[in-house]
Formats: sequence, structure tokens, C-alpha cells
Amino acid sequence: MRRVPWAPLVVVAALLVPAVGSRFYTFLANDVIIWALFATSLNLLVGYTGLVSFGHAAYFGIGAYTTGILMKKLGVPFLLAFPAAGVLAGAFALLFGLFCVRLTRIYFAMLTLAFAQIVWAICFKWNEVTGGEQGMPEVPYPDLAWMGTLPLVRDLRTSDHFYLVTVVLVALCLWILHRVVRSPFGRMLTTIRENAERAEFIGVHVRRYELAAFVLAGAFAGLAGGLFGIFNRGVFPDFAYWTKSSEVLIMTLLGGMGTFYGPSVGALALILLNQQIVSYTEYWPFVLGTILVVLLFGFPGGLGGALELLGRRLWRPRRA
Amino acid sequence: MLEVRDLTKSFDGFVAVSRVSFDVPKHSVSAIIGPNGAGKTTLFNLITGHLRCDTGRVVLNGRDVTGVPPHDLCRMGVGRSFQRTNIFAKLTVYENVQAAFVSHRGRGWNAFTPVRDLYRDETLRLLESLRLADRAGEVAGFLSHGAQKQLELGLALALEPDILLLDEPTAGMSASETRETIQLIDRLARERGLTLLFTEHDMEVVFSIAQKITVLHQGRVIADGSPAAVRADPEVRRVYLGERR
Repeated sequence: MRRVPWAPLVVVAALLVPAVGSRFYTFLANDVIIWALFATSLNLLVGYTGLVSFGHAAYFGIGAYTTGILMKKLGVPFLLAFPAAGVLAGAFALLFGLFCVRLTRIYFAMLTLAFAQIVWAICFKWNEVTGGEQGMPEVPYPDLAWMGTLPLVRDLRTSDHFYLVTVVLVALCLWILHRVVRSPFGRMLTTIRENAERAEFIGVHVRRYELAAFVLAGAFAGLAGGLFGIFNRGVFPDFAYWTKSSEVLIMTLLGGMGTFYGPSVGALALILLNQQIVSYTEYWPFVLGTILVVLLFGFPGGLGGALELLGRRLWRPRRA
Repeated sequence: MLEVRDLTKSFDGFVAVSRVSFDVPKHSVSAIIGPNGAGKTTLFNLITGHLRCDTGRVVLNGRDVTGVPPHDLCRMGVGRSFQRTNIFAKLTVYENVQAAFVSHRGRGWNAFTPVRDLYRDETLRLLESLRLADRAGEVAGFLSHGAQKQLELGLALALEPDILLLDEPTAGMSASETRETIQLIDRLARERGLTLLFTEHDMEVVFSIAQKITVLHQGRVIADGSPAAVRADPEVRRVYLGERR
């Protein structure tokens, strides 16, 4: 049996959303796709390196502010402002990471949280640059007039054009991350997750690899943030707040950190669940908590792990 | 090859290793023995840079390597296995050994090409010599205890060491597994011209393959020499061998 080329199929399906769905579905899909990148970047730390970061929103926020400030205040084109989000978030991840990777486990997690709260506090207070508590509304869309000249997408709204750009950019980022986790570097990260002491003794400079993973994860979170600020039509301090860090961590756990696409599934599931349950009950966090408890006990591999199990059940008998 | 001079380490006032000195000649098979809590594992951890010593020096091939961290030390030709089996439990047998090759040959920073077939031949050859080749695809954590110990030996050998430090290589093994493992270690050491330093509680094993024995007792060296000399040493008989009879 041939392998199903899932990744291209999903990308094509995502690209078709504006054409077949309503404006609302495009909005939802855009949300999901950006969070999928954010969660996958976190999973590089949690799932592959075994480092649980409670402050991943810091880099998301830094990326969002970078792109937002560059585009809104300085009129820098998206083509530069977007990569700048990754570079600056990565630079801050390098700075904070230098301290964080000296600690392990809960201490590591607490320090990442502390740094994230510092970032949040600065965004909250530094009125001249970040707009402080009020945030920075009206971040402009990138100039996508050229898409109006293309066949097929000519008649779509600007927000749909931006959505298509998001799909392509996120797909590209995920492709890069996928290469990374399948690379020798990725293998070294998994040895650290499995057994850092032993990793040292096959010659792995554990701290340096952890730092590299931290920077990479931060940079991709920054790219996700850059996209999110534009999508959200504004950048606000709560992008870097700890609740965002926990939200993305929940997505990663919900989707399953054992698989590459797990966190994306988690992002999809959490956003759809949120959307659906909120319309029935105001006790949405209660429902979510229950789902998480069931999932953690029933399927420690998360939704991704459950899907994998299901897939194996479905395909195996035919092959045999 | 390896010289240990006056190593001392104390934990909160308890002296675990006290002024320990000994030599490991090139191509020799040397053993460190001693009752539980004699400081054998601490001594290993000091030599391999896991722990920082209070005083003393470790010299490898004429070079002072005191306090060199493990990831650097294993580039200088030191391989190590651990008393409590220490492998990458969720990776496959193949991935375990392959990771050691990748790391040791400095390819670990390559973040963009697939790792899958990197050093495939070397990995399979090494697994072959460990008699683990037919289990390459199995998840390492599911192997039997004895097979895990052998895999760990594989992780050490992938670093192409000159000297191999084995901390209780047969701990927890049955009599037949012990015999097999010792034969394996002996064969690999001779094939590869390795220098071996190991700790062991099984006296039969020690006296069957060691050419030189250092006896530790309460953190101090009480005897150091050939098996015959050690066996005849009155203090060793009193504190160690005697206790067992």
C-alpha cells in the first residue's frame, strides 16, 4: 500500500477554505493555522528535547510586536517585518535561554515563566513603543495587491489573501521544522530527552543543544506571533501573558507531543472545541478540563497518538 | 594510559573517595573492587567528569583531564558504561547506536538532512558484533536486562574509545548472561586493542580476566597489584575477601 501524502493534501485543503467556506470559516482556519505553528514550535522543546517551557508566549509576543511595530509605525514591508519577528524572538530566546538551560525540570519551567512575565510587563508598561496597556490596534495588512491580478484568487477579500499567505508561510515553517526533527540534530535532541546524562557521554554538549533548540523554538514562535498580530488586526500585551503560554502548552498536550503533527491537531481541536462549547455553556473551562483529564489518562499520547493507533488498526489488517 | 593521583571527594563531610591513586597501563585489563559503598562509582564519576573532585588529578595519555566534562572527555577516547543501565529507552536499538556515531563524528549540528541512513553500515556492523543485529528495529527499553547492557556497551564502543570504563558490566545478570557478557567484553577488547578498567562485584569474573586489581575500602586504596598479590594481601583478606567466607 502506498503512503497517503497527508501534508500536501492538508495544505491544498487549507488553501481551498476561502473558496468553499464562509468568511467565518476562513477566520477560524487562519486562527488554527497560526496556533498550529506556535504549538509545533513549542513541541520542539517539550516533545523532542524534553524541556517543558511555561513561557513560550514571550517569543510569540516579541514576534507580534516586532512585526506590528515595523509595519505600523515604520512602514516596513511585510517581506522584511515577518522574518524580523523570527530573528528578534530568536535573539531574545538566546538571551533568556542562556540562563534557562542551566536549570533543569521545574526550575527550568519556572525561569521560562519568569522571563515571559518580564516580557509581558515591559509590553504592558512601555507606552511609547508598545502602546502599553492599550496595545497597538490597527496593524495593517501586508500589501497584497499583486494577488488581485492572479487568476482564481482575484475576487477574494484582503483578509482571504492574507489567509492564503499565512497558509503558505506556515506550511513552509512546518516543513523546515519537520526537516529539523528528522535530522541528526533532531536525533541529538531526542537523546537529551531520553537521557541527558547518557547523551553527555556519547559526546553531546547537552546545554548547547538545549540552547539551540530553545532559540529555534523561540524563533518559530516569533514568526507565528508576527502572523498573529496582523491576523488579529492588533498586538496586545496579553500575547505574552502566561495564559497564552499555558494555552499553547495545552494544545501540545491535547494533540500529543509524541508526533510531529500532534500539536497542530491540538490547535485545531482546542479552537474548534472552544468555538462549539462556548455557544452551549459558559462553563467552557470546566468542559475543557474534563476533556483533558480523560485524554491524559485514556490517551497519554494525545489526539495525535490516538489517531496513530486508529490508523494502525485500520491499515494493518489489509496489509496482512 | 590513565593515571589517577590523590583523588579526594567528600559529600557534606562524608569522605567518599580519599587520596586514591592508581595507574591503568595501556592495553591492560584492570579492575577496581571493593564492598558496597567503597566509593567505586564515585571514583568513576570523578574520572569521567560527572563529579568535580576536591583534590587530585586525572591524567590521560600524559594530558591532565581533571574536571573535563563528559562530552569533551569522550572525544579524547574514553568510553563508559554505567552501573544502572543507561540507554535511550524509547529509541530503537539502531537509533541508540546510530546516535552515538552521529554525535561522536561531529554531525550532530546538521539540522537539515535526514538522519535515517547516516552511518547505517557502521551501526549495523557494530550491532552485528554485539549480536544485536536482528533486534535493530526493537525499542531499546523493551529489551531484556542483559541485552540492554550489551547495547550500552555498543553506545560506548561507537565512540571508538582507547580506554573503556565499565561500571559493573554484569550487574543484575544471571550466571549464564554474566559469562556471555564477559566473553563478549574480552573478545571486543582484544579485537579493538582496548584498555579496560572495570568495577565488579563478582570475584570469579574479576580474577578470571583482570591483570591488575585495585582494592578500595571506605574510600581508600588498600591494595593494588596483580591478582595473585591482591589475593594474598592480608588486609584484603581481612576486610573483603574474608568477610565473604
